[in-house]
Amino acid sequence: MSRRIAFKNVRLIDPASGLDVKGGLLVENGRIADIGPRLFNDAEPNDPEVIDARGLVLAPGLVDACVHTGEPGAEHRETLASASEAAAAGGVTTIAVMPSTNPVIDEPSLVDFLLRRAAATAKVRVAPVAALTKGLAGETMTEIGLLREAGAVAFYDCERTVANARVLRRAMSYAATFDALVMAHAEEPELTAGTAATESEFSTRLGLPAAPAIAEAMIVARDIALVELTGARYHFAQISTRAALALIVAAKARGVRVTCGVAAHHLALNELDVGAYYTFRKVKPPLRSETDRAAMADGVARGDIDIIVSSHEPQGADTKRQPFAVAAAGTVGLETLLPIALSLHHNGADLMTVLKAVTATPARLLGLAGGTLAKGAPADLVLFDADEPFVVEADKLHSRARNTAFDGRRLQGRARMTFVGGECVFKRG
Amino acid sequence: MTSANPLPILKSSHLLGIEGLSPEEVTALLDLADTYVDQSQAADKKTALLKGRTLINLFFEASTRTQSSFELAGKRLGADVMNMAVKNSSVAKGETLIDTASTLNAMRPDILVVRHENAGAAELLSRKLSCSVINAGDGAHEHPTQALLDALTIRRRLGGFENRIVAICGDIFHSRVARSNLRLLAMMGARVRLVAPRPLLPADADRFGVEVCTDMKTGLKDADIVMMLRLQLERMGGAFIPSSREYFRFYGLDREKLAYAKPGALVMHPGPMNRGVEISSDIADDVEVSLISEQVEMGVAARMAVLDALSRSIARKSDSRGHA
Repeated sequence: MSRRIAFKNVRLIDPASGLDVKGGLLVENGRIADIGPRLFNDAEPNDPEVIDARGLVLAPGLVDACVHTGEPGAEHRETLASASEAAAAGGVTTIAVMPSTNPVIDEPSLVDFLLRRAAATAKVRVAPVAALTKGLAGETMTEIGLLREAGAVAFYDCERTVANARVLRRAMSYAATFDALVMAHAEEPELTAGTAATESEFSTRLGLPAAPAIAEAMIVARDIALVELTGARYHFAQISTRAALALIVAAKARGVRVTCGVAAHHLALNELDVGAYYTFRKVKPPLRSETDRAAMADGVARGDIDIIVSSHEPQGADTKRQPFAVAAAGTVGLETLLPIALSLHHNGADLMTVLKAVTATPARLLGLAGGTLAKGAPADLVLFDADEPFVVEADKLHSRARNTAFDGRRLQGRARMTFVGGECVFKRG
Repeated sequence: MTSANPLPILKSSHLLGIEGLSPEEVTALLDLADTYVDQSQAADKKTALLKGRTLINLFFEASTRTQSSFELAGKRLGADVMNMAVKNSSVAKGETLIDTASTLNAMRPDILVVRHENAGAAELLSRKLSCSVINAGDGAHEHPTQALLDALTIRRRLGGFENRIVAICGDIFHSRVARSNLRLLAMMGARVRLVAPRPLLPADADRFGVEVCTDMKTGLKDADIVMMLRLQLERMGGAFIPSSREYFRFYGLDREKLAYAKPGALVMHPGPMNRGVEISSDIADDVEVSLISEQVEMGVAARMAVLDALSRSIARKSDSRGHA
């Protein structure tokens, strides 16, 4: 007898199909067996496990396309296991893990290692992203074909922009051969070297080394030109400025195959939140002006920004308790991704659009089976109350590292239960 | 003997590329080459057709088979053949190509065979010298005698080119062999496919009347001939591909990939081969499918045909000079 779970009285939201309806959903053998408004209407499901959700939202589990862990190499900050605990608590059922580990994930055998470790230790699905160039050095492209065969879902040099246009051109052209997804970080390397903030009146007051915001749009313009030349499938992993978004919107209108993501903290914070040199809010790219932040939120609401990522980046006291300019960048974010995405909805954005940016679209970009409530899809699900108010408490986070940029922040809406392949991996309270 | 005044074959007194040749000229050259295959297989391989003529091999790039093939072709036709060793010449001391050419011109050669790392070098020499110039490879531009010998090999095996599918696979970007071959084969009615990872496909390759594929499975489908190219690692400033092992996995010819082609498909390679990079030894050494040795044999015959054809043009030139 196969394991069955019946959800009744839920608000089903499936951004992949546009479905938003009250009804039920049946899980069987780890997959979605049935879904519909009238499911379980006439008869109580006589299944061993019935979850009466009393109007909570049941949506596909979140797919976070940008997660750093410390495994391998910095397990004291985060392991695949601890990151997966945080993910499950955040309603995230798939994490795309970044290659900037030690060693860098630039060899097929390392992708294989990650997948085996994940299978043995992680509660959620792990999709490895491999480096685009060996050692993230921006010089020699990695074995994109073999890495894909090993299970890499995308190719990304993390926070390092590939400076050499010839190297990038060849790598993009080669990746296009396999229709592999190339991800990019957009910060002009020379303009941003050694800086810690966005150049502005505020950075001048704080006396921080800062780079102009156009450092982002400059690279976006260059890369779009190379996409048009090479035909690569290209994704700007985390944009943060209005100027960059305008270039991407224009390129999409011309039919260029580019997409973009935004980190949750660039939707929720602006440069002033750095306050008195608050290093937990040092991120890369740095927090921007309020105009840029608002443009990012607007971009998600309009569907111009394709996905929202946590850009989860565990750091320790050793790396964060430093003067701002030399402190490490990054914030943990797996447990705040859903509430911050929902904050856009609470500010007027369409709930379907917001959820699509953390489920169906990242799954499609990464070529993953999840992110949908379609019959036959893996039963990766999150049950949440979109309105539940709560206060972020760093001490209560599930990740090993607690460097959240949102400590003490009041947010609304978080995961109650999370399921991966039909198994409950998180239940709140 | 030239006194018989055989029919002219080529309009030009140079062979700089396949570009500019007509299908009739190619057919006539291949017909002539067939007769030289027979001559080369006879016990007495030598005639006096080019007696008294001087052929100079001027190779700025290392070559084993092309240079020796021209040397043998010239000798079998009775010409005096001189090999210029560029490494020890004044070129190595900084002489320009034009000065080298004028020096050679003063020695009154009849035919100059030239290989150079830069595209257009043969063309430049042909304008400065009064002898016939044969392009034995210029940069990534053309290598016409390779295309002729490949065509001769194919025609003798398959009987013709019409509707035959020839898949040219690998490092097309750097390959003059591919550029000459696709011109010739497309002109003669074959269906040519270029198969390579995108960085190794030259810009606008699809404008040459060929199909372009980026994977071996679709590229080799129904192919009669699979022509592998050498991965020119020495010309790659900046990596075009990540590694040899990945290249072999996706583009190296092994039994599995050859099975995508038509049953009985034949394999060619202009040499020199990188075993385990673009071709497995298993296939390279299989006499049932590999035409690689045959290509070398046809090379001598094809070059004898070219020398013969050009000597007729020279004969015409000197005739007209006599009448002036």
